[in-house]
Amino acid sequence: MSEPIIAVEKLSKRYLLGHQTTRDDGLRHALEKMLLAPQQWLKNRKEQRKAAVEEFWALKDVSFEIQPGEVVGIIGRNGAGKSTLLKILSRITEPTSGRISIDGRVASLLEVGTGFHQELTGRENIFLNGAILGMSKAEIKRKFDEIVAFSEVEQFLDTPVKRYSSGMYVRLAFAVAAHLEPEILIVDEVLAVGDAAFQKKCLGKIQDVSSNGRTVLFVSHSMPTILRLCQRVILLQRGTVAGDGPADEMTRQYLNSGADRAAERVWDIQEKAPGDKVARLHAVRVKNKEGMVTETIDISEPFEIEVEYWNLQDRLKPTVSIHFTNEDGVLLFVSNDFVNPEWWSSARRPGLVRSRCLVPAHLLAEGQFFILAAVCTYNPDLIHVLERDAVSFQTVDHHDLDRVREKYARLWPGALRPKLEWRVDEIEP
Amino acid sequence: MAKLIIEAGRSERQYWRDLWRYRELFVFLAWRDLLIRYKQTAVGVAWAVLRPLLTMLVLTLVMRVSKLPGDGISPLPLFVYCAMLPWQFFSTALSESGSSLITNSNLISKIYFPRLVVPASSVITSFVDFAIASVFTVFLLIWYRFVPPVNVLALPIFVLLTFGASFGAGLWMAALMVKYRDFRFVVPFMVQFGLYAAPVFAMTSKIPEKWRLIYSLNPVVGIIDGFRWSILGGPNELYWPGQIASVAGVVFLVVTGLWYFRKTERSFADVI
Repeated sequence: MSEPIIAVEKLSKRYLLGHQTTRDDGLRHALEKMLLAPQQWLKNRKEQRKAAVEEFWALKDVSFEIQPGEVVGIIGRNGAGKSTLLKILSRITEPTSGRISIDGRVASLLEVGTGFHQELTGRENIFLNGAILGMSKAEIKRKFDEIVAFSEVEQFLDTPVKRYSSGMYVRLAFAVAAHLEPEILIVDEVLAVGDAAFQKKCLGKIQDVSSNGRTVLFVSHSMPTILRLCQRVILLQRGTVAGDGPADEMTRQYLNSGADRAAERVWDIQEKAPGDKVARLHAVRVKNKEGMVTETIDISEPFEIEVEYWNLQDRLKPTVSIHFTNEDGVLLFVSNDFVNPEWWSSARRPGLVRSRCLVPAHLLAEGQFFILAAVCTYNPDLIHVLERDAVSFQTVDHHDLDRVREKYARLWPGALRPKLEWRVDEIEP
Repeated sequence: MAKLIIEAGRSERQYWRDLWRYRELFVFLAWRDLLIRYKQTAVGVAWAVLRPLLTMLVLTLVMRVSKLPGDGISPLPLFVYCAMLPWQFFSTALSESGSSLITNSNLISKIYFPRLVVPASSVITSFVDFAIASVFTVFLLIWYRFVPPVNVLALPIFVLLTFGASFGAGLWMAALMVKYRDFRFVVPFMVQFGLYAAPVFAMTSKIPEKWRLIYSLNPVVGIIDGFRWSILGGPNELYWPGQIASVAGVVFLVVTGLWYFRKTERSFADVI
């Protein structure tokens, strides 16, 4: 095996949390303490800091090596340390201990459009953004036409980007970034933006980059994208490497480890729960067919979304409405419990209500889904509770029989995957 | 390309090399600020002249009313303008570079580059304003048919001194503002009061001898004296101990500014 292009050894990053900002960081406080009792201040400074500050290790002893030309996905839940790792790799922040050696030019796309200035025109921003990302002026000039062609905003080049639509903005930003020629490309969820066609183009570009033998580090929450792009995945968990191996194995490990909070949200204190005088949300859960709260649903099994709320009055008739959104932000469908005629016609009493939506098997495709939960009344139409991304879950599909995909193991497109009946006849022999 | 090593405290050694590598970014940021500065304004770059000009008119009026003599020989507006010119440069550069890190916080938290580039390019932007306002001095001189003495050849030295003073002070303010947003209020306050602490209304020779040296520790004092000496000459003589004190003040500001900036820089992305 050749020399690794990135070698990370026992990397750790500590953040000091909490009390420091409130107690030790105010200028007034610092001055006050110093003025009131200079000696005391000097003496106590160290001790106080120790006592007041809570440590948080965003990364702890992380080690791995990456070979040239590898496309490596980094996955993990929020707070697992993905962003911190990328920030250290791209030198935005320093590690607390440990060491990284990198053998090549690094370009990081932690957010497209960083450094774009609203008042400047598209043309000006291409140069500015290119310089910020580390391109030389000559290099930008050479690639200018290519960048413009990729972004598809030719006719608006001399318009300030503040007048761009968000789609144009993102396209231009990604176009600049995509034309960097680094040996190592670090990408953080840039694909969460833009329309589907452009996303496809971006993915294609990343694939190009990697097929040119360059190294790509890719952070995403989207398992399908990770599976499509990466051969190898590093799974981070609470700041440590929980797994490092083939992409499909690691994503499975990630999904299965996840009987955790994303699939259940509970508000214990009524006064603090989202809502108003009519209704307040108590809980939203995703449950599998056994009635267990789970973040992972097999698409060949039915499951349910459970919403509990406090009804605080008896005059209006609150109903629960849930929205299913996929990871591209597409609203798939909406369902409301007023379809239950019995419930709709019954009188309401104050108290806790549980409303369950039963989702049949073979409806959703595989991917990540987000539930918006709302409690509404009609005539007049009022929204009393509206909780976006209240819960989320992931669906998986396996390659065995009795599936929509039967034995077809490759990518199966579409946001939904209903199992429909087919009738096939031979008309002529 | 050489192997890049990332370690705690390591960035020190690569810093100055990086600063050179990112020299184009430095130019681009200054260029961006210049482009934006006068976008969607009706009179545009004329603001660079209008600001010191209007201030000068008001201050001249104040001096006329309160019967302040200036230096007694040169025209009063010229006397005031020679002080306004460096003062305006210093104050704009100080406030612009002071807030530069905050206004570019999205860059700082997302991309690596030597942070020193940001306040430095703000000083450059203010310098362009200063250069435009300087041209106006020539018009004033022609208007009053005033021929500057040969001292004028030393003017670049004092410009450089102003540069240093605003850069040093700007570094301090920028670094402090990242952590203590209080300085967002402190800086305008400093600029406002600094005008009265600077010898805009009278010559420094009017200051009692025993206070004069201490007064000159304020770098702006030496700078304004220097500007008057180079452009007006005559009674505006250089007070050498004061000049040395001012230069020392500037060097102190730049050195400590750099030190503090470098010291806090690595935590900017975490704190901002």
